[in-house]
Amino acid sequence: MEAIIQIEKLNLYYDTYHALKNVDLDIPEKTVTAFIGPSGCGKSTLLRTLNRMNDMIPATRIEGSVRIGGTEIYGEDVHVEALRKQVGMVFQQPNPFPKSIYDNIAYGPRLHGIKSKSDLDGIVEQSLKQAALWEEVKDYLKRSALSLSGGQQQRLCIARALAVQPDILLMDEATSALDPISTLKIEELVQELKSTYTIVMVTHNMHQAARVSGQTVFFLNGEVVESASTDVLFSTPSDARTEDYISGRFG
Amino acid sequence: MNKTSSVAGAPKQMTFRRSKTRLSDKIIPILLGMCALLSVVTTIGIVYTLLQESIIFFKEVPVWSFLTGTTWSPILPPKEFGVLPLLGGTLLITGIAILFAVPIGLACAIYLNEYAPARVRGVVKPVLEVLAGVPTIVYGYFALEAVTPFLQKIFPDMGIFNALSAGIVVGVMVLPMISSLSEDAMRAVPKTLRHGAYALGATRFEVALKIVLPAALSGVVSSFVLAFSRAIGETMIVTVAAGATPQLTLNPLESIQTMTSYIVQVSMGDVPRGTIEYGTIFAVGLTLFVITFLLNILAQWVARRFREEY
Ligand SMILES: Nc1ncnc2c1ncn2[C@@H]1O[C@H](COP(=O)(O)OP(=O)(O)O)[C@@H](O)[C@H]1O
Ligand SMILES: [Mg+2]
Repeated sequence: MEAIIQIEKLNLYYDTYHALKNVDLDIPEKTVTAFIGPSGCGKSTLLRTLNRMNDMIPATRIEGSVRIGGTEIYGEDVHVEALRKQVGMVFQQPNPFPKSIYDNIAYGPRLHGIKSKSDLDGIVEQSLKQAALWEEVKDYLKRSALSLSGGQQQRLCIARALAVQPDILLMDEATSALDPISTLKIEELVQELKSTYTIVMVTHNMHQAARVSGQTVFFLNGEVVESASTDVLFSTPSDARTEDYISGRFG
Repeated sequence: MNKTSSVAGAPKQMTFRRSKTRLSDKIIPILLGMCALLSVVTTIGIVYTLLQESIIFFKEVPVWSFLTGTTWSPILPPKEFGVLPLLGGTLLITGIAILFAVPIGLACAIYLNEYAPARVRGVVKPVLEVLAGVPTIVYGYFALEAVTPFLQKIFPDMGIFNALSAGIVVGVMVLPMISSLSEDAMRAVPKTLRHGAYALGATRFEVALKIVLPAALSGVVSSFVLAFSRAIGETMIVTVAAGATPQLTLNPLESIQTMTSYIVQVSMGDVPRGTIEYGTIFAVGLTLFVITFLLNILAQWVARRFREEY
């Protein structure tokens, strides 16, 4: 399968700290790829290189190449805003804007120039449906997004990300702040979305990776130890460190 | 604490008495209460004095003609006590100050919060706060000696004493208040909200304008109202630079007089106690007090009304 994201010899430094070491990784289109590994091994860092959210952290230095859809995203004529429109992100803590449910979803499309009320209405409905939230909120679109439960807020954030029609969705431990039922809903949602989107998710929960992903990447100390199809990685890992980790001997 | 000494099976007995009652526990709340009381008593005292003297004044001049009269000539006959020219002067100065300070103050706050590297903010913010501590008499002479001559190059027929120069410099004076308080309010907006917007492809400016500013609106608008009431009460700048011509005008190039600068003028002269001229000080003072009081209520209402939870 053609890789939509191709990472080559990627090194990232936070000032003097070497956070990503010589990462080579291909991420296939329209699949769920899970990043697993102990805390502090660089999963979030790598995820943030994909939509250049690391640009905002001062004194960050990047070497190597990240190509998305064939384009070098750290190249000269890349507009970060245009990149982030194609590569959406959902964060660990639900972070709805202190605005109405409607305005949360419409925020992104409005940024990118959609003004017509009927277009926006359509996008809001479609995005909320995609995020399996429409039935719960369709009568309360004018209510503050903060009146929703944590799980609903996170699905709202997913809907908000989908509303700008990205190709890729990055999720950084998007369920770790949620209760088991909300977590399950979001996992089901991810299953639905993978036919349309390329999803890259960070999780510290191996069972989640096993349940929802097609490809799993195991990180340790800023290095990619092993990347394989999820079935293979969890049943017959090729690296001893992967085996130690998935069998619960550390991390 | 000797476990073996307790009776087998019976739970351990515990008491929760304090070894000694501390004197400080009793005295501190009383001291703090007295401090709070002191400020309340002071306020009541101010209101009492203002009211007492004003009542004498309003026995001779009806409240209605005071509030609606358009000529203020308390010393020179024919004497007239219409406060509108002073009120108009105050509002003209305040209006100019706010028009000057709000956009610039807000731009400063946005720059400091969203654009400036930490190093720049570390320098600029303290400097702004020092600016807020400059004695207003210094600002007054700055208006008279620097701003007025400069403005006269643009408006050649403008007089030495004028509302524009004083208003702009009052604006300069309240600018640090707006930028500093707005910046604090904007800084309190969680980073996660900004990240959410950046991740959707927003630019810095879009994040500042559509996410941070609305979320910080209650603090920002409060800073405007505070600056407004600070500008209304400003005395020295207008006394030095705006002249002493009570007239009802919207023309900022003319000399005017504000409520505060009138009070200064009369207090400095030798108006005898107990006269109606003396009473004007308190009548105008009371008017000023009521306006500032209403503004403070407005500020609190604004802070509540615009609060966006995050
Ligand atoms: N903004 C930052 N500045 C400096 N060091 C950071 C920053 N973010 C993360 N790190 C460091 O980089 C390493 C990887 O962090 P991260 O990518 O967050 O790990 P993970 O998501 O796998 O838990 C950690 O050692 C962390 O301390
Ligand atoms: Mg992380």
